Amino acid sequence: MSNILNLRHSVLPGFRLSFGITLFWLALIVLLPFAALVYSTVGMGWDGFAAAVGSPRVMASIRLSFATAGLSALINLVFGFLVAWVLVRYPFPGKRLVDALVDLPFALPTAVAGIALTTLYAPNGWIGQFLSPLGIKVAFTPLGIIVALTFIGLPFVVRTVQPVLEDLEKELEEAATCLGASRWDIFRRVIFPATLPSLITGGTMAFARATGEYGSVIFIAGNIPMVSEIAPLIIVSKLDQFDQQGATAVALVMLGISFVFLLVINLIQWWAARRHGAR
Amino acid sequence: MANLTTESRPVRYALTGVALVFLFLFLLLPLIGVFWEALHKGWQLYLTALVEPEALSAIKLTLISAAIAVPLNLVFGVAAAWAIARFDFRGKSLLTTLIDLPFAVSPVVAGLMFILLFGANTVVGGWLQDHGLQVIFAVPGIVLATVFVTFPFVARELIPLMQSQGADEEQAAIVLGASGWQTFRKVTLPNIKWGLLYGVILTNARAMGEFGAVSVVSGHIRGETNTIPLHVEILYNEYNFVGAFACASLLALLALVTLLVKSLVEWRLHRQQQASTLRTAEARLQAQAAQP
Repeated sequence: MSNILNLRHSVLPGFRLSFGITLFWLALIVLLPFAALVYSTVGMGWDGFAAAVGSPRVMASIRLSFATAGLSALINLVFGFLVAWVLVRYPFPGKRLVDALVDLPFALPTAVAGIALTTLYAPNGWIGQFLSPLGIKVAFTPLGIIVALTFIGLPFVVRTVQPVLEDLEKELEEAATCLGASRWDIFRRVIFPATLPSLITGGTMAFARATGEYGSVIFIAGNIPMVSEIAPLIIVSKLDQFDQQGATAVALVMLGISFVFLLVINLIQWWAARRHGAR
Repeated sequence: MANLTTESRPVRYALTGVALVFLFLFLLLPLIGVFWEALHKGWQLYLTALVEPEALSAIKLTLISAAIAVPLNLVFGVAAAWAIARFDFRGKSLLTTLIDLPFAVSPVVAGLMFILLFGANTVVGGWLQDHGLQVIFAVPGIVLATVFVTFPFVARELIPLMQSQGADEEQAAIVLGASGWQTFRKVTLPNIKWGLLYGVILTNARAMGEFGAVSVVSGHIRGETNTIPLHVEILYNEYNFVGAFACASLLALLALVTLLVKSLVEWRLHRQQQASTLRTAEARLQAQAAQP
């Protein structure tokens, strides 16, 4: 086995045992279910696939899922950067508490987040009561989906940008100031380019998580077909009707589009890192 | 000189203000809302909602599935971290990517994969059912889905930690004649215990709170295959808001404990790092002083 793996010699024991456990558990819990997905796709045939995915309701849900995920990722890029910036740069009372609170969306179960946000943004809720006189409806509309996805994605952006901002060298900014650059120039030309790769990474993670999110969205979305029905919900309702083939087809399309997105964003990031590094 | 590399005071205050208002509206208010909705009609109703038989059975099932999923993924996580952070072998980055795979998959798709594997009309599922084991719409399916969604947490927490600590101390122990298990127990474990604790806490929080994947495989049989999050959904859809938020508040408390442990662990790791830097510096000074 060590020949195939090209294992480098080490005085430490336990490689066979730990590698064996890892491989066994990975195969049983992750690879086997994936194989089942691939297997049932192969058995489906093109016609079944096209019939399941091609219906207007399914297409609308896939469009909605990716559009709302994209918009919420954009919101999180702006506010996530702002939060990371304030946490790293400015002193204020209660900072450690605020810093801990940022991780709440990781720790709070999605269903809890879903019902809490729905109650807040319902027309008679704490926030909704101020919005509905203005004619803004959040709960039970696509806007509500964006709110829930923004909640879910925020820590991804903050936690990837924050360490990069912390490690930024003060000397660079001092030098730029001495050379006569304004704060805005320094932000634009020194700070922002250095944090851009981490912003792209964080935004991508938030986006990827948002496309598949289910628990926090289904309560606030209202789930009106063609309007506020997300793709994961289509999968669930197809399963409820025992249409496993249809559910598999939609799942495959979701996985495929996510994969292409991740590939493109990785390419952009590679390009950005090279461009920044070359200078 | 001091404000050479920072913004003017009004800009600082404005940015801090906007960030805090955003966090208040999006994070703190939902959290407060959960406890408010659960408690604003009094303790009596709150407690009644928690001790009714269906809620108790949901709590029990949640505890059972977490009690199975967490130890299994703990053993896996430690093994994976030992193999990946302590050895060099071909395909290491592929293995790391595969371990992260459950994070990249929608919880709903995760549940779907288990239905395709163990559903009653599949080869494996049919065979198991003939031998008296129902997986889907039963407890084993819920446990499997939970194990899947919490699969990477411990490994992900430990791999970077063990990589940054390096293998020097363990190699020294082995060279000095300690056995593998002794080395692991007396050298590795004390070094990684805080990271391990955080990984376990995260695994547990996600295991108890998972909704999408568990929802797909559970079948929603009341009093039998409902976990706390699924019970919350049912109560909420029946407009029993006090009951729904009472159960939700249990999970919110769990989230708060998770955040607390995380802060604690980060503080301990920070101190551990400082202490080890200090020890290295001291040792270097002593070595210098010992030289003639």
